[in-house]
Amino acid sequence: MAKVVVVTSGKGGVGKTTSTAALGAALAQSGQNVVVVDFDVGLRNLDLVMGAERRVVFDLINVVQGVAKLPQALIRDKRLDTLTLLPASQTRDKDALTENGVSRVIAELRQKFDWVICDSPAGIERGAMLAMRFADTAIIVTNPEVSSVRDSDRIIGLLDAKTLKAERGERIDKHLLITRYDQGRAARGEMLNIEDVLEILSIPLLGIVPESEEVLRASNLGSPVTLNNPLSAAARAYLDAARRLKGEDVEMTIPTDRRGLLVKLFGRRAA
Amino acid sequence: MSVFSLFRRRGSAPVARDRLQILLAYERTTRSSSDLLIVLREEILTAIGRHVVIEPDRIRVRMDRGDNVSILEVDIEVPNPPAALPRVPLTFTSGPRRPQGNKAIG
Repeated sequence: MAKVVVVTSGKGGVGKTTSTAALGAALAQSGQNVVVVDFDVGLRNLDLVMGAERRVVFDLINVVQGVAKLPQALIRDKRLDTLTLLPASQTRDKDALTENGVSRVIAELRQKFDWVICDSPAGIERGAMLAMRFADTAIIVTNPEVSSVRDSDRIIGLLDAKTLKAERGERIDKHLLITRYDQGRAARGEMLNIEDVLEILSIPLLGIVPESEEVLRASNLGSPVTLNNPLSAAARAYLDAARRLKGEDVEMTIPTDRRGLLVKLFGRRAA
Repeated sequence: MSVFSLFRRRGSAPVARDRLQILLAYERTTRSSSDLLIVLREEILTAIGRHVVIEPDRIRVRMDRGDNVSILEVDIEVPNPPAALPRVPLTFTSGPRRPQGNKAIG
């Protein structure tokens, strides 16, 4: 049975799109049939992070409005044939997304895929609300930083009130994904640590993605980090998170990149 | 920069945690009931707007959310010609968790 997952955060720039691409690819790498859906109408970027920006012909809005059929808008990944992208539109008309239209598209995607992963736009406007509306599971991406944690708390409240599942009186699964974590700074008391964030938000932890230069390198190249460098710390964190998402019991660790002594001594700031 | 400020810098994460805990404890309790004040404000302004033309810069609205009682103060200057009332100060006190407060506004 297909699972609809929303990757959301409230705050922008915390790593929703990066995480959508990385988790989607990680699930697809394990043989699951995955579609990642960009809900950021007007500011689409998932296509770019996935390296499919030159292959977009039709988009989510075209399908919602009936201009194109769903299969025409789906873009199969060139590296992984179990990974598919449904891009957002670059139109500035955000009202083009309707609840009925999105409901129809999600229902159709459920028939074709094992996982439907919706990349939410930042904020709490229409696009973000529709991205979470039909989800079974939510991944809340949070940076260990006060504004991100506050916005995550707000989003958790909205997930519990405004999703279809919540309105039916069911519980929506919520998972916390902490990104850009710096274990050293947290240990020195310069950054909120994992326990602090978990205590404040009190939802189960899906994974801890360390701050890593591999994330920028992967997006520069248009490849999800789990595909681009599967052995990097960030990729290992996402691969573990994807296994937990599938229900596997994986020990929680904070992966680290091995670095030479010179890098450790002089390169810390350059990361 | 003194020696002490070096130590203070180390403690910024606990400060962040405490600030968040206090803020979110408050935001969570008001999440469901906070809209009461907003709804009251909108309905009061709409009701008065039906009878007199209200100029936006002649309205003063103050909301004060407290632990037990919240205050919504709407101060509207009504121009003289249409009504004999020169100035109508309206003060509503609502306490979402206190039954008598609800009665007063209901």
